[in-house]
Amino acid sequence: MTRRYPDEPVDSFPRPPREITDREGRELSLSEAGTADVAELVSMYVEFDPGDRAQGIPPATESAIREWLEAVVTEDALNVVARHEGRPVGHVMLVPDRQGASELAIFVLQPYQGAGIGTELVRTALGLAKREGLERIWLTVERWNSPAVGLYEKIGFERTGDGSFELEMSLRLA
Amino acid sequence: MRVFVGFDGSEEAAAALEEVLRRIRKTGDEVTVAVYSTDESPPTVEEAKATLEAFDASAEIERVDGDPGAQLVELAETGGYDRIVLPGGRTSPLGKIQFDAVTEFVLLNAHTSVTLIR
Repeated sequence: MTRRYPDEPVDSFPRPPREITDREGRELSLSEAGTADVAELVSMYVEFDPGDRAQGIPPATESAIREWLEAVVTEDALNVVARHEGRPVGHVMLVPDRQGASELAIFVLQPYQGAGIGTELVRTALGLAKREGLERIWLTVERWNSPAVGLYEKIGFERTGDGSFELEMSLRLA
Repeated sequence: MRVFVGFDGSEEAAAALEEVLRRIRKTGDEVTVAVYSTDESPPTVEEAKATLEAFDASAEIERVDGDPGAQLVELAETGGYDRIVLPGGRTSPLGKIQFDAVTEFVLLNAHTSVTLIR
């Protein structure tokens, strides 16, 4: 499958670690994460609202969540975690595909949604990606999820593919 | 039951066909393998035959020409099949389930029941 990417790169994303204050006044730390953080991330995803699942992830049971995270949070992937009072409440991941690009996904626990955390998490992950030399990022989003589509567009993603169920969006960093 | 199994030669399609062939040993359902090609997969009648032989299963093989989604829906309906079976999508690098255009079309347009095999 050939994926389209915008011609013009988008730049000037912030890099982790960062401290942010969300629209509810909560202070969060955004930091790079890796294989050592899987156990903590499992506990975050166990709390995830099943209604917020996207295209089958995160899986529903704790063992399936662990298996999924062990498969995607690898040395080759980039991860940024948002913590509130030390506890992970949001996670963005960039997983390499076979064409030298990376797929992005983000999850924010329900009580922390709608406060601008997702936008800052994605922007911070893109700053990390840029530092690590990634050039092309893509994602898919269910087409009825207009808040997410709006968030990605605001960050600079462009719609590059149109399915019946999901949209594909992509962004060029360099 | 008469089952119409889509097969495009992909790994997922091979796994789905094998699952169907294992099931019909118990149910005795009648199977037709509808072989189609996509941009990513060339026509693969030989592969479908090989899978049938490996399972010692007898099934009709029908070549689907033209737009595969539209043809699968049409052939299943005109052929009086009870069910269309398709592979249940691929997973993206980070584990999201994704349907190809053929699966999307069949799901949205078939009046025949559709089963996706995961």
